Amino acid sequence: MQPGYYVVLAAVLFTIGAVGVLIRRNAIVLFMCIELMLNASNLALVTFGRINGTLDGQIMAFFVMVVAAAEVVVGLAIIMSIFRTRRSASVDEANLLKY
Amino acid sequence: MTATLAVEAISTGEAWFFWILGPLAVLAAIGMVVARNAVHSALFLVLIMLCLGVFYVIQSGPFIGLAQIIVYTGAIMMLFLFVLMLVGRDAQDSLIEVLRGQRVAAILLGIGFAGLIATAFFRALRNVSATGLAAANSQGNVQGLAAIIFTRYIFAFEVTSALLITAATGAMILAHIERRKEQKTTQPDRMRARFLPGNYPGPKAGPGVYALSDSVATPARLPDGRQSERSVPPILPKRELTEIEAAPKGTASSFGGHGSTEGR
Repeated sequence: MQPGYYVVLAAVLFTIGAVGVLIRRNAIVLFMCIELMLNASNLALVTFGRINGTLDGQIMAFFVMVVAAAEVVVGLAIIMSIFRTRRSASVDEANLLKY
Repeated sequence: MTATLAVEAISTGEAWFFWILGPLAVLAAIGMVVARNAVHSALFLVLIMLCLGVFYVIQSGPFIGLAQIIVYTGAIMMLFLFVLMLVGRDAQDSLIEVLRGQRVAAILLGIGFAGLIATAFFRALRNVSATGLAAANSQGNVQGLAAIIFTRYIFAFEVTSALLITAATGAMILAHIERRKEQKTTQPDRMRARFLPGNYPGPKAGPGVYALSDSVATPARLPDGRQSERSVPPILPKRELTEIEAAPKGTASSFGGHGSTEGR
């Protein structure tokens, strides 16, 4: 086994997340798929850091984690406010920015 | 790769972990995408994140692995579940395709993309062995991370704090409900509404308590024998009393016909 296998796994997980973003309608599940893509990129970063023998990969994964947390907080707040006005969490329903 | 770099051999235990948890993560990811119920998706995502956390710990990153488990499965997924419970937990995804053929096209595209990128990585990294983090972690993983994060990445670290505080403020502004002053119901309004004709001002009766049933779904009986609608919460299915249950105890012929009256 080689560390490249981890990167292949990360690529597969990323693709599944991307397909999920394309085929799902529920905004919250879309967000989960985006989280899956970010996690897959984190796995690739950590593996690259290990291959190169430096800790920079882990630091970058750390920053990705922070950005993902901020993104989730704001995104879920937007979903909440859309749900409050339109009574729906489906991305197909929200076709207007206001009302 | 220069000859001075050490080459870390991957142990059999790590291979076992990879071949067990890797397929598990992929299966959970597929389950997350195809699950109709959003709560199931969230639980599958928790499983994926735990698997990835174990991978980080195995790849000599104990700090990032624990941060993954604490921050992602602990905080972010709780936030997800919280919003799921607030916003449509029972909102099923519609099966109607807005763009015809989009689902099939997306799946084909995904398979193609995965095949391309995975084979590219596999061929590129097949013969690359890891240098390993033994040298970088010689002072300890957390110390090694801190030494880099507070020197080389100090600017990114500071910008992160600005990002976090902006996100927190933005979420507070977005989630805040502005209520106008004239929309607020005042206490005199509520009092007038309470004593308006058509509204019974007293407290509602409790549910019925009988020898055969003390369920909250059993309606209480009014003095004239009717069942009180107000004694049962509207979300509960009303439980009708059977003849035997409704009959005064000890007088009905269905009780064996003793005919003895009880001195209640």
